[in-house]
Amino acid sequence: MEDVKPQLLKVTIDGIEVEVEPGTTILQAARKIGPAVAPPAMCYYQPLKGSGGKCRACLVRVAAGSAKDPRPMPKLVASCLTAVQDGMVVENETSPQVIDARNGVVEFLLLNHPLDCPVCDQAGECDLQNFAFDHGKSTTRYEEDRRTFEKKDIGPYIQLHMTRCILCYRCVYTADQITNKRVHGVLGRGDASEIGTYIEKAIDNDFSGNVIDVCPVGALTDKTYRFKNRVWFSKPVDAHRDCPTCSGKVTLWYRGEDVIRVTARKNEWGEVLEFICNTCRFDMKKTSDWTIEGPTKISRSSVISANKYRADTIKPSFGQRLAAAEYKQIHDERDTSQLDIKQLAPERFAKVLPSAMEPEP
Amino acid sequence: MATKILTEHINVPGIETFDVYRKQGGYTAVEKALKTMTPESIVEEVKKAGVRGRGGAGFPMGMKWSFLAKPEGVPRYLVCNADESEPGTFKDHYLMKNIPHLLIEGMIISSFALGANTSFIYVRGELMYVIHILEKAIAEAKAKGFLGKNILGSGYDLELVVQPGGGAYICGEETALLESLEGKRGNPRNKPPFPAVKGLYQSPTVVNNVESIATTAWIVNNGGEAYAGIGIGRSTGTKLISASGHINKPGVYEIELGVPVEDFIYADEWCGGIRPGHKFKALVAGGSSVPILPANLALTLANGEKRLMSYESLSDGGFATGTMLGSGGFILFDETSCIVRNTWNFSRFYHHESCGQCSPCREGTGWMEKVLHRIEYGHGHQQDIDLLVDVAKKIEGNTICPLGDAAAWPVASAIRHFRDEFQWHIDHPAEATQPGAVYRGEMALV
Repeated sequence: MEDVKPQLLKVTIDGIEVEVEPGTTILQAARKIGPAVAPPAMCYYQPLKGSGGKCRACLVRVAAGSAKDPRPMPKLVASCLTAVQDGMVVENETSPQVIDARNGVVEFLLLNHPLDCPVCDQAGECDLQNFAFDHGKSTTRYEEDRRTFEKKDIGPYIQLHMTRCILCYRCVYTADQITNKRVHGVLGRGDASEIGTYIEKAIDNDFSGNVIDVCPVGALTDKTYRFKNRVWFSKPVDAHRDCPTCSGKVTLWYRGEDVIRVTARKNEWGEVLEFICNTCRFDMKKTSDWTIEGPTKISRSSVISANKYRADTIKPSFGQRLAAAEYKQIHDERDTSQLDIKQLAPERFAKVLPSAMEPEP
Repeated sequence: MATKILTEHINVPGIETFDVYRKQGGYTAVEKALKTMTPESIVEEVKKAGVRGRGGAGFPMGMKWSFLAKPEGVPRYLVCNADESEPGTFKDHYLMKNIPHLLIEGMIISSFALGANTSFIYVRGELMYVIHILEKAIAEAKAKGFLGKNILGSGYDLELVVQPGGGAYICGEETALLESLEGKRGNPRNKPPFPAVKGLYQSPTVVNNVESIATTAWIVNNGGEAYAGIGIGRSTGTKLISASGHINKPGVYEIELGVPVEDFIYADEWCGGIRPGHKFKALVAGGSSVPILPANLALTLANGEKRLMSYESLSDGGFATGTMLGSGGFILFDETSCIVRNTWNFSRFYHHESCGQCSPCREGTGWMEKVLHRIEYGHGHQQDIDLLVDVAKKIEGNTICPLGDAAAWPVASAIRHFRDEFQWHIDHPAEATQPGAVYRGEMALV
């Protein structure tokens, strides 16, 4: 007996082919290949239904729509929402148009962002920070006043710092989908829109703390942890307990002997798959409350494993590495290893620097 | 005398009442459609007529109708987009206010053709009195048996619902309109899925402009081929143009597509020329979001031919030397208007109306407005013009809905055609900020 499997679709992303099931989005297909070609995602959050499409950070160019209809798509598309077709060819960081658009998105997101990373609790595990390191510039062309908001109190556990918000709507979807009663949403319009409760109501339910974990920036932070620590000074450890309300599977953040913070576990894309309750998050801050499983796996490129914040721990993006390799190729013809890369995927280099494709004298 | 399809009886006294409208031949199309035609044949006639969406995008209406998914057991909806809020456009308002039964007749025919049993008219909230007019007209039609259960004994049921909007420009975008109609925040949806597959309440939905729907009555009466005979090329039929600005006779005019722009401006039948003693400087041909054109390019194509009021002719030359027919918001500027100030004004509108959902539009519209404000008030820097072009480029095409494009195009085109004027504002801030000061340098005035 043979199992009837759905026909797998072949997609090529940045010159790398991958087979995925029908219904997969371009972003998921790229994640299947690996972090090098996965587009950044600021608003898309796989466990939350309806998320995505808002930040425009994951824009990609579809160079060929499908095997049947190989025309390119006229505009850049949001990879988090666009389903793959068989024979689709996607350009992520190999397309100058995509890089240009992403540079634009970073610039737009940072226009009204206070850039207070030195005092922000999210620094070190901030999606916007990572995105800006990949695609941002060190200067700004914006000289007007930044938009600011008055601070609002939304309860004893969560600090809302609206000025840092990039309006990804993740917290709204979280509150909508995992709690019974949603009390917060987006108020206002355009660049005056803000996350808030109507009218200045405190958020009070057992799972409200999860909005802190889903927030890609430091707009929603843990009041019991504020200003206590920099994330790269703490050691994450997986632990669990028998919790009557949630799965009880968490990450404990140790500084020395003390648990200074409890968060839900995140997968390699920074997404929480099992949300935890407020009791686990805010009240269980002793080692004796938990059964320790072992250290959390942290990517080597993360500042958390480096134990300090240094610029060289940030990995250059795929496009930057390709461009760097190409640059090296032009200027150092003896570097044969680079030559090999070029021979492996000449079409990829063609996108980065067309002149490189000309035969060498 | 040019053919009038929509406004033929608009000046008849009492046309807003059922009896007068009926006396002028109203509702005969409904009788014909329900008694002698099938839904498929109506769609076929509309396809033959080649009506293009009058809301701005110009997408063929018959084609849009044929895309409608028809799964078994799922209701289908027709939504009339009467959330007309594009600066410079006021044709739907005019039509609904004066001759509401024409829209209702069109709604009945279109709903029958699409198999919708509940249809909505989404009217912008500011037009409360128009909503009252429409509701009165619907009540009259219902009393006469043209709405409700078993219309004219054909077995077809239809309820018409008039829904006031909350007063947001973005709710004129079809998916934001549907969200708003569902009672949610008017944020545009990501496409696909398109409304034809998953629209209102996740059911297949067609969203059409008031003017497009109103034409169906004439098409049913006279046939699609007769309609296609009017107009020029693929721009068939007539179009309502809302003319405003420095012309002698501002107002709503119904023209056959293909009238030369020059005739439209100078003929007594239409705009009646530019106000005395002034010269034609620039034209916005289709509502604030289409690219602005200088006078010479507005009247002639790049190859020297006369530019016509049609979809193809107005967009001839792409965005380098062309523009778009859009929703027909015809705004004319004479030499006393400051293009920088006007661009700032448009930009301020888009900044105010951006829904704030996706980042390029939310942040970019505000940025452009602030830079334009700075230039207009004498604080511009030399690099600001290039900055504006770059920001516009980074918004365009990267947003969820077309509002991003609509915000970027007027800025990009104003700089493309009137760069000297921007430069003058930056170079001579003291002079430019005098009250009523306008750039008088070299430019093509007609």
